[in-house]
Amino acid sequence: MTTQEHDASVYEQVRASSEFQELKRRFRAWTFPMTVAFLVWYLLYVVLSGWARGFMAIKVLGDINVGLIFGLLQFVSTFLIAWAYARHAERKLDPIADKLRHEVEEKTP
Amino acid sequence: MSSTTLGMILFLTFVAATLGITFWASRQTRTAADYYAGGRSFSGVQNGLAIGGDYMSAASFLGIAGIIALSGYDGFLYSIGFLVAWLVALLLVAELMRNSGKFTMADVLAFRMSPRPVRTAAGVSTIVVSIFYLLAQMVGAGALVGLLLGITSPAGKAWTIVGVGALMIVYVVFGGMKGTTWVQIVKAVLLMSGAALVTVLVLGKFGFNLSSLLGQAATVSGPKANPESFLSPGLKYGTEAQGLAGKIDLVSLGLALVLGTAGLPHILIRFYTVPTAKDARKSVLWGIGIIGVFYLLTLVLGFGAAALVGKAAITKGDAAGNTAAPMLAQRIGEEIFGPVGGTILLALIGAVAFATILAVVAGLTLASSSSFSHDLYAHVFKRGQASERQEVVVARISALIIGAIAIGLGILAQGQNVAFLVALAFAVAASGNLPAILYSLFWKRFNTAGAVAAIYGGLVSALVLVIFSPVVSGSATALFKTADFHWFPLSNPGIVSIPIGFLCGWLGTILSKEHNEAKYAEIEVRSLTGVGAEKATPH
Repeated sequence: MTTQEHDASVYEQVRASSEFQELKRRFRAWTFPMTVAFLVWYLLYVVLSGWARGFMAIKVLGDINVGLIFGLLQFVSTFLIAWAYARHAERKLDPIADKLRHEVEEKTP
Repeated sequence: MSSTTLGMILFLTFVAATLGITFWASRQTRTAADYYAGGRSFSGVQNGLAIGGDYMSAASFLGIAGIIALSGYDGFLYSIGFLVAWLVALLLVAELMRNSGKFTMADVLAFRMSPRPVRTAAGVSTIVVSIFYLLAQMVGAGALVGLLLGITSPAGKAWTIVGVGALMIVYVVFGGMKGTTWVQIVKAVLLMSGAALVTVLVLGKFGFNLSSLLGQAATVSGPKANPESFLSPGLKYGTEAQGLAGKIDLVSLGLALVLGTAGLPHILIRFYTVPTAKDARKSVLWGIGIIGVFYLLTLVLGFGAAALVGKAAITKGDAAGNTAAPMLAQRIGEEIFGPVGGTILLALIGAVAFATILAVVAGLTLASSSSFSHDLYAHVFKRGQASERQEVVVARISALIIGAIAIGLGILAQGQNVAFLVALAFAVAASGNLPAILYSLFWKRFNTAGAVAAIYGGLVSALVLVIFSPVVSGSATALFKTADFHWFPLSNPGIVSIPIGFLCGWLGTILSKEHNEAKYAEIEVRSLTGVGAEKATPH
């Protein structure tokens, strides 16, 4: 068993490594702007439903109007962002995270 | 055979099957990790289904289909908020929580803080949010039995609430997380199959042409003077609250829906039931797929009911439109397969609706009793000195007590308009829990004072604003119709209380000098890499 102090210093060493900093950068550089983007996109939909009802009621195809298409696009964008995140995480995050985890687990059995 | 008899038979089959699962799960549940987290041995797909089963309440199934059937487009806003919210959980919360927590939300919040005040705050918030949500579901169960089985006497409804509560207690006390998860998986499969079947039949009737379905819905159920308005925003929110306040209320609701999900305790504990963070990611991806498809189905069900049953008949069944989906099932069954088909489909959808309620209330009871035992009993009262065995015993006893409280409150609140409680639960989760979680995971400087301030600040501001809002007093649909002490103009507090929660967290943090750099390094490394994450229990 390792002591709490020893554990903490291992974590501080990992955090200081350039690999961990790269992992953190890749995680935040993708998820933070994307979160802002989908929240803005969603709020745009809500705000237009409140203030631009005439615009949302414009018919596009038969009885299908802008509001319905906008709403369905929210479903599409949610599915796409989820898929894109999974791809990003598998390719850019998991390899570094796995490597660091194995390194630490070897150091602290 | 009548549809009520057939519905009862189908429902009792579900109950028998889930009780069998619970019995099996109880024999598999030995350690605290088994009871709280199902041994962390569910696969991503299983947990994804359970996420769907935990999240898709009878309110979303019957309620959203009903709002769409009666008010057209505006019901769609709920579905979209409920779905987009999962991106917050996927991108920012699920994997990091799985890596750094153990059994409850508070495990992550208290990680680098002084444990007692933070766990007390998180425990209180968890129990408050879960009880609100639970109460709305219990009252809904009483109303549903009236609609589906024709039981309208207060005593009959009260007995239904007792029955639902008793089953929920049995699932949670004996089955723990393992039993509850399987109940949710079975329910998710039933709900998706039932909704998909009716949707395909409805679309088939309109030759799979969405436009002609919408057209008929507007003609049959839209306002006579202007049927087209049925398909545009504003029919519900435009008339319920006029002017600027109504529009801001809409944004306020939207904010609470999209930010609340990732702060709901019964959702957060689902991430602990899988072996690794990658499985947590996979389960949210499956959850998003299932929930997204489900809300697309409710869209067709809602417009289908508007087109085939019609607004007049739906309103006669239930003023809020909750019978729209069952009535549609009966109508489409009759049209395609004759009277017997109608009876069978109505019974099927009714049984599915009950299964839906049971799975959701079980998840809520589990979340609140886990937090009571793990956070309040083991870490606050016993200062971390409780044994695993004691913790599990206390968790089971508190599930029984919380269940009993929910039954009692459910009976008392019968017939009251408590639909606002679900929106309130989302608002509290978004205002108190979410700021604390995000700051804990991403803000280096965050500390005990900040965490406590964020949780209580968000919780109290959301509660106070709702108490003085038109949903509690001073309007025709208020809880207390005869009194008027409201001064807050909005029904949804989110637009004010969410910023207050974040602000309190920030202010509490900078006013306190406490900072644990070593523990921040630990949570940062653990949350992103999975070092030291809790492993699945071997079997």
